[in-house]
Parts: sequence; structure tokens; C-alpha cells
Amino acid sequence: MFGEMIRQKSFGVSVAIFVILLLAPSFLPRFYIYFLAVIFVTALLAMSLNLCVGHGMLFQFHHGVFYGVGAYTTGLLLAKTSLPWWLAFVAGPLAAAFAGLLIGMFCIRLSRLYFGMLQISLGSLIWAIAFRWYDLTGGDDGIHGIPIPDFIASTTSSYYFVLMVLGICLILLYLILKSPFGSTLQAIRDNPERCAAVGINVRRHQLKAIVIATFFGGVAGVLFVVVEGSIFPDLLFWTLSLEIFIMCLLGGWFTFAGPILGAAFIVSLRTFVGTYTEYWTLILGIILILLIFFLPEGVMGYNYRKLFRSRTQYSAEGQTE
Amino acid sequence: MEGGPAITLAALSITFLVGLSRAMILFIVTSGLSFVLGVLRVPNLAHGSLYMIGAFAAYSITMLFGGGSVGFWLALILAPLVVALISLVAERSLFCHLYQREHLMLLLFTFALMLILGDLTKMVWGADYRSIMPPTILQGSVSIFGSPFPKYNLFLLIIGPLVAIGLWLFSSKTKIGKIARAAAVDMEMVGAIGINVSWVFAFAFVLGCFLAGLGGALVSPTISVTIGMDHNIIIEAFLIVTIGGLGNMWGAMVGSLIFGITQSFGVLLWPQFAIVFPYLAVVIVLTLKPTGMLKSVW
Repeated sequence: MFGEMIRQKSFGVSVAIFVILLLAPSFLPRFYIYFLAVIFVTALLAMSLNLCVGHGMLFQFHHGVFYGVGAYTTGLLLAKTSLPWWLAFVAGPLAAAFAGLLIGMFCIRLSRLYFGMLQISLGSLIWAIAFRWYDLTGGDDGIHGIPIPDFIASTTSSYYFVLMVLGICLILLYLILKSPFGSTLQAIRDNPERCAAVGINVRRHQLKAIVIATFFGGVAGVLFVVVEGSIFPDLLFWTLSLEIFIMCLLGGWFTFAGPILGAAFIVSLRTFVGTYTEYWTLILGIILILLIFFLPEGVMGYNYRKLFRSRTQYSAEGQTE
Repeated sequence: MEGGPAITLAALSITFLVGLSRAMILFIVTSGLSFVLGVLRVPNLAHGSLYMIGAFAAYSITMLFGGGSVGFWLALILAPLVVALISLVAERSLFCHLYQREHLMLLLFTFALMLILGDLTKMVWGADYRSIMPPTILQGSVSIFGSPFPKYNLFLLIIGPLVAIGLWLFSSKTKIGKIARAAAVDMEMVGAIGINVSWVFAFAFVLGCFLAGLGGALVSPTISVTIGMDHNIIIEAFLIVTIGGLGNMWGAMVGSLIFGITQSFGVLLWPQFAIVFPYLAVVIVLTLKPTGMLKSVW
């Protein structure tokens, strides 16, 4: 499987980008290093969501919750206990995956929009608890100044750490998508009825996808703690989930690397437009409308049109019968 | 908890009535969302922003007329119209060109609209907290089982059912209402018998947004009006629509009652985690009845 990955054309490009990013701290100012690290964290989050949305066609409307659960678990363990740091780092993604399993088992029985709505409701429960439980979570203020282990405490070292973890996660995600499991997931996305008919356990596969996606979402949450050193309830709020969802759509949700582009686009917009004006979401809204009207292919990518055209043809044929 | 001093019959009935009046606001907002969802098949993410604009507009109109009773009654009529006008402009200038596209494009558009309206509201009204008084006749409270209950909430308890009956009469007795209902069931057929579908969409969208504005205007004397209220209401409204049954007006009513009453009993039972209760209720409803309480038009 590795061999196939290396033979891909885009593999060379990826390696080149990776090398440039490795060298970046030697020529970029500190602010940009921090900025890149924020993009990496968000990109991993969007990539993990896209495993459900783009490759599994599961309307994971409240993915931010798992990001938040990962960040809160690691942050609380680092700030409130004397456990070794690596245990806290491992606990974050595991807690997120466990939350994903629990919430997923509830939601998986429902279809599409209802799935998303139940997930928003269950996620909002977790948000409300983090928001109100002042004694444990610091309530709406959150917890700031979380002690980060020394070797990744500086901007540059945390940058390298985040880059390494992102690299490993991307390779893992790629391998998962190319594995039989990934192919089955995409087959279920394209035609769930037929997959069920040939004996694939559809819900079991979808639940697996959710657990994997939430695990990586939790990894992104841990990386957030490393970069920012703080946790707060906005990490669990549904507007963040909506934002990541839009990142997947913007970058092209049937592509592998699309969500990274979407994440980079939105984080850059927030960082750079945000320094000039507090009304950066207005600019984002206007850009979105321009994209919808003039560049719909740029929003979705070519594959989207291809898939949906074949699907509408299919349903049209079904109706004429 | 039995026989606890805090939970008396009076406290229970007041809690129930407060929940009921909260449910009326939720119903007015949610019925609008449900109407748009039923006809256009698009979850309008900008609905909460229009509710917020309705509340801010009610504040400004009341202040324009000196902040008194006259100002408030005028605001109650004018603020929803202002919101309807905004939605009409957005619909006719941009939204109506997208009806032939995929649904996801419509959803993205309403998201963009939410972002734009949210920031425009911040530009016009700023980030301060605003509050207005209810009109003189609705100030103060009445006594129910010896406990005070705000008169304004009593007014909400009357307005809510009136709006529900009005909507029901409108959709079952008038021609345009019947067309809109038919469009919710089979859009192509409605187009095939020679009705301009684009205008049906426009009408449904504007009526839905009008209701959002009305809800915003009605809620403005009971809370402090501020930016950010759009994010809270929209998520509540979506959950209510989902547990009620998508596009079903009576479902919106049932969902609002569940949401409002569990919320106010949450405050009575466990104030710190009161916001958890309505979400818990949604989880229970969706676990027992995965497609909502009443029949969905989808």
C-alpha cells in the first residue's frame, strides 16, 4: 500500500511542500510560524470531518464537539493532575473517539438531516456541561495557561510537533481511505441500498468511520492545546462545527486534500482580514456568495458535479420507468 | 425532592406558565423556519439573524417614537415588515437565481446570508446590550396562586395561539396558502398547472422571515437585545422543527412547547444546568421517534 502511495504523482509535490514547511521556521517570522501551526490544526480537524462528510456522506453537523472533547480532556489532565504529559496526550483522542462511539450509536439509526440534528442536540449537551460546570472546566472563561511540556513549549518546537503529528495523521487517513474499509465506505456513500444488498453491514461501517473521524478530531484538539495553551467552551459550540463543514465544502469534499485548502483559506481570511476589520465574516459571506454565483466548481470541485449528475440521471431514469 | 419547600403548587404553575410563554415566542420563530423548510426544502440558516434584526428594529422604532407605549405597538407592526423587506430584497436580488442549482448551494447561500446579516447588525447597532419596556398596559404583573406573573407573558400567551390560528386559516382557507401547501408536497406539479413557482418560493421565504421578525419584536421587551442571539435561537429553532416534524406547523407548536416547558422546569429544578434539559428532551424524542412527533412533509 505504501508503494502505491509513493508512485502517485501528487506524492512528490507533497514531499516538496513538507520539506519547505520543515525549513519554514528558519526564514519566517515567529508570527507566521504560529499562524501556520493554527492552519495545521484546523486542517487536521477539517480532514477528519471530511472522512465522514465527503467519503461517508454522513451529515456530521457537530464535529467541533469531538475537537473540544479532545482538547478539554488533555487540557484538564495537564492542568489539574500530575499525570505524565504523554498520558494526557493519548487520553484526548481516546476520549474523543469514545464520545464519537457513544453519540454515533445514538445517531446512526437516523437518516441524513435527522442524524445531523440529533448530533447537534447531543453535542450541545456536552457544550452546555462544559459551559456551566465552573468548578471543573472554568465555565465560559475556560482554562488558560495550561502547562505544556517543555520540549514543545516554544513556538518553533510546537510548530514542529504539530507538523509531525499532522504528517503522520495525513498518511494514516490516506491509508485508511485506500484500504478495503475506505473503499467500502465510499461505496456506501454512492449507493447504500446496493451495498446492503451485497451483504455489507452499512451502519457498522458508518459507525467505524465516525469513531475514526472523531479520534482524529480529538488529535486536532490536543494539538490546539499545544499551540494555544488554553481551552474554552467555544471549541464545542456549533458555529465552529458549521465553519469546519464549510471548509470541507469550500475545498472540495470529494477530494483528499480539499479540506486542507478550505481550512487554510478560512484561517487566513480570519487572521489577515481580521486584523484590518472586525467584520471579517462579512467579507467571508460576500466571498462565499461570489463563489456560489461565479465559481461553483471551485467551491465543490469537479468530482462533485460528476457524482451528482450521475445521481440525478439515475433518479430521473427511475422516475420514467 | 418531594415536599421540598421551594416546589409548591404556585411555583410549579408559574414555572409552567413561564415555559408556555417562552414556547409561544419559539413557536412564532419556528413556524416561519418550518414554513420555509417545507416549501423550499432548505434549512434557512439566516433565520436567526432575521429574528435578531427584528428585535433590534423593534428597539430602534420604539426609541424613535419616544420609547413609550405607542412606539412599542408601532414597532410590533413595523419591525416584522422591515425584516420581510430585507428578506424580499435578498430573495429577489440573489436567492431566486439559485433555485435551479443543487440544494447544497441554497444552504451555502443561507449561510453566507447569516454571516453578512450578522455583521451588518453589528455595524448598525453595535455590540451593546439594549432593552425596551413593554407598553404601560402590559407592565407589572398579575397574581396567580399568590405568585406574581408578568402581564407581558400573559400577552404572549394570547398572541401565540392567535398566530397559530392565523397561520392555519391562511394555509387552509386562502388560495395562496393552498398553493404554498401544494408546493411543499409536489413542486413540479404546481409548476405544471401554470403557477409561477419562483414567486411561490419568494412568498414562502418572505412569510417565514416575517415570522422571524415578529418573534424578534415580541421577545425584545423580555430579554436584553444583543448580537449573538441569532446563534442561540437558530439552533433551538432547528431542533424544534426536527422533533416536531419537518415542515409541519403543528409540529412546530408541539416542539416549541416541549422545548419551552423543559427549559423553565430546568431552571426550577437545577438552575446551573438548566440549559441541558431541552437538549435532553430532544435526544429522548428523537430516540423514541426518529422522524419527529408529527408527520413531516418531506
